[in-house]
Parts: sequence; structure tokens; C-alpha cells
Amino acid sequence: MLNIFHYSFIVRGLEAGILIGAIAPMIGIFLVLRRYSLIADTLSHVSLAGVAIGLLLKINPLLTALGASAVSSLAIERLRSSKKIYGETALSIFLSGSLALAIVLIGLAHGFNVDLFSYLFGSIVTVKQADVYLIFGLSILIFILMSVFSKELVYISFDEDAAKVSGIPVALFNNLFILLAAATIALSIPIIGILLVSALLVLPVVAALQLKKSFKLTLLWAEVISLFSIVTGIISSFYLNVASGGMIVLIMLFILGVIFICKREKVYKI
Amino acid sequence: MSVNHLKNIIEIKNVSFSYGEVLVLKDISLSIHQGDYLGIIGPNGSGKSTMLKLMLGLLKPTSGEIKLFGQNIADFRDWNKLGYVPQKAINFDSLFPVTVYEVVEMGRYNKKRIWRGLKKSDHEIIEKSLRQVEMWDLKDRLIGDLSSGQQQRVFIARALSSEPEVIFLDEPTVGVDMKAQENFYALLKKLNQELGLTLILISHDLEVVSNEATEVACVNQNLVYHSDPKDCMKVNYLQQLYGADANFVIHHHQ
Repeated sequence: MLNIFHYSFIVRGLEAGILIGAIAPMIGIFLVLRRYSLIADTLSHVSLAGVAIGLLLKINPLLTALGASAVSSLAIERLRSSKKIYGETALSIFLSGSLALAIVLIGLAHGFNVDLFSYLFGSIVTVKQADVYLIFGLSILIFILMSVFSKELVYISFDEDAAKVSGIPVALFNNLFILLAAATIALSIPIIGILLVSALLVLPVVAALQLKKSFKLTLLWAEVISLFSIVTGIISSFYLNVASGGMIVLIMLFILGVIFICKREKVYKI
Repeated sequence: MSVNHLKNIIEIKNVSFSYGEVLVLKDISLSIHQGDYLGIIGPNGSGKSTMLKLMLGLLKPTSGEIKLFGQNIADFRDWNKLGYVPQKAINFDSLFPVTVYEVVEMGRYNKKRIWRGLKKSDHEIIEKSLRQVEMWDLKDRLIGDLSSGQQQRVFIARALSSEPEVIFLDEPTVGVDMKAQENFYALLKKLNQELGLTLILISHDLEVVSNEATEVACVNQNLVYHSDPKDCMKVNYLQQLYGADANFVIHHHQ
């Protein structure tokens, strides 16, 4: 059997994967509870436009994806809270708009290349050492901010009016959260790919929610499921020579399926 | 807490509010004193919930002035003095993964505590609040697994845990069965009489308000009446409030 740790791209992929795997459920749990799951899909498509800009201008595509995702997230939140258009309409405008932009930019860059394909489906081969540093720095920041502010975000998600009455600056927290979600989505792309980012954020949380635990335990279980799926997904994708994103999501779906079956068979008491 | 019934906690002066072109409240003036148990009644769409939201700072009046604890609402910062029990049926996702204890913890979060977690003293207050509403034994249960009456007690505990001086309740017993309602109103009475908490209760239930509250405000765009609840039941006020064709049958539950 090959010793996979001899390959530096695997080590980089695992490092980046574990960092992403740790922050994804912290963001995902609020996306799910606030019925924002679709924003992950929208922002990942916005990130595709960001990646295309990066490839065209020969800048690190992860940086341009981060920028595009962050700016759009604030614009979406603003449109949504202004109530001038429906929330999901704002999402669909940004999703299709950014996809259109990405297609035009790819055309200008004279067609598809291998790089872009790996951004779509996730391939740890594309994770560069500079990306690992960037993912490391931002993941730590997101982890700290989400740890400190999760109590306020729980309150806002559970009962926004009561949170406002108690003097919590709700609009500020909503903007901060959406910005951190945008950063997490952009950072996840090298590992999981644009088309599967929302699964990474949503599936471990949905699986953990089935266990019917307190908020803290639900988050803990989501973390366990997320990290397990990412590590086993990356390692198995190496041996099977397939895209890491696909393997990770299939493992997450498998865990969700097992939990559903156990619940139905009452193996696990709820 | 020593209660000074002359102290104004909330002053509303000539307040009007419109949603766009639609006038919801017109020229309302009202004072609420420390220790009051005020019931606000009115038909659906009368603006009573809007009035509550104005007092909580969730909406800004189109004209007029609102003072909380003597301070203009725009400058008011002591939000922990206000507790809020929302209309349960609307505002609450029963699948949300939080335990009773975690819900009551929320009452301890406010602007001053953003950068730090809860201390031992916070946990003591949370325990005390849960014991006051007799829900301590169920503290580890998920909020969605409780009955409606129990859930409302938890929301009261959450309001209590911020150590408020006044608690606002928006139709708190919608969907709560009769027996649980009686217990719930007995609890409110205890909070008002024994702890001296000021209570502001919005309800469409005339009978509850006349039995429970010490004062009543009848709202239908205008403030129709504000004084003793027993007098409010006199038909002429109710006709002003609900229209001349309305008939009132007062039920007395055993």
C-alpha cells in the first residue's frame, strides 16, 4: 500500500481539509436553522466568477474568489433586509448573474482548462502551499469569531425580535455572519469544489440535527461528522483516483442515511 | 424590590404610527407606572402589537415621543430592564435544537456581554429563573418537546433571567390549553404582586384582561379607554372599540 503521507499534496490537502471541516459546521448550523442553505450555493457560484477573474488576471484564484464572495454576500444581505425583493429572488439573481459572468470570462480566457475543472469538482492537487497559509489564517479567525459570537447568533436565529429587545446589534451580527459564511465558502472550494460546497456546509448539520440534542451537542456531532467525512474522503479519493469533493459528499450522505435508518429502526433512542 | 407606583416607567406622548400610507395608531398618549399590570386589548388589526413594538424600540413612531425609564427611547441603553415574551405560535421553530436551559441562557446575553461568556453568577440567575417558573426539572429537555404551556413558562424564565423591571407579553397564551393558561396567569400575578414586576400584557381575550390586569388600555387605532379594567367591560367602551354591532358574551370559567 502506498504511504500517502509521502505525497506533499495529500498532506496539504488534509491540512486544508481539516481546517475547513472544523469551521464548516459552525457556519452551516446557522445557515440551516435560518433557512439560508441556498445562500451557500449562490455564493459558491459567485466564487466561480471570482476564480475566473483570478485565472484571467493571473492572480491566486482563491483570493479573487474570497473577494467576490464577500462583496456579494453583503449585497445579498442588504437586498434581503431592504425587503425590496424576495430573499430567494436576490439569491437567484446573484447565482445566475455570477454564472453568466464566469462563462463570459472563461470564454475570454479561451475556454476551459484543467484548473477550472478542479475548482468545479474539488481536487486537493490544486491546493498550493500559499493557499494552506491563507486557509489556516482565515479559518482560525472564523473559528474564534464564531466561538465568541455563537451565543448571540443562536439568540438571533431563535428569536430575532427578543434579541433586538435585549440590545444585541442584530444587523451588525447578520452582516458579520454572512461575511464569515462567504469566506468559508470561498475557502472550501479547492477541497470540495464549487458545485458541492453547500453539501459540505449543510449535510453534517442536517445529520446531527436528527440526533435531537442541545445546540452545543448538535454542533459537536456536526463537527465529528464533518471532520470524519473530510479525512476519509480525501484519503479514499487518493486511492480511488477520483475528485475529493465527490467522495466527501458521498460519505456525508452515507452517514446521514445510516442515521435515518437507525432512527426508523429505533436503534438510536430519540 | 420596593415598588413606587407613582414612578413612570413608560411614557407615550402623542404617538402616531403608519405603515406607508396606512395609519395604524393615531395620537396615543399613555403612562405606565412601576408595578402596573396593564392589559392592552383591541380587535385584530387594532394596532396593539404595533404599540408593543414601539415601546420595545422594534419600530420607530412616525410622530410623537416615547420615554423608557425617563429617557428618550433613542438614547435608552438599559435594555436588560425590559423582558419580552413573544407570541409563541408565530415566532418559534419547534425543531430548533436548544434545551430549556439554553433558551433561558439567552436572557443573559446583551450588549455588555458580547465579548465574554457566562459566569457562575449568570448560571445562578438562570437557575433561579427556572425555579421561579417551576421548570428547573425539565432544564435538559429540548424546547420543542415541551407542551405549549411549558414552553411559555420557559419564555417567562428567559425574560426573568435578564433581571428585568418590566415584562412585555404579546398574546402569550395563544394555543395554550385552558388549565395551563390558568397556571400561567397565576404565575404572572405572583410576579406582579410578589416581585413587583411591571407587566404589559397584550391580549384579544377581554375576560382574561379584566380578571387579571389591574389596568387596561383599549386600543383601536386611537386609545379608546385607559383605566380600571372592570369599567372597560361596560358596553359603551366596547362598542367604541369593536363597533356598535358587536355583541359581547362574557364567559366565566370555573
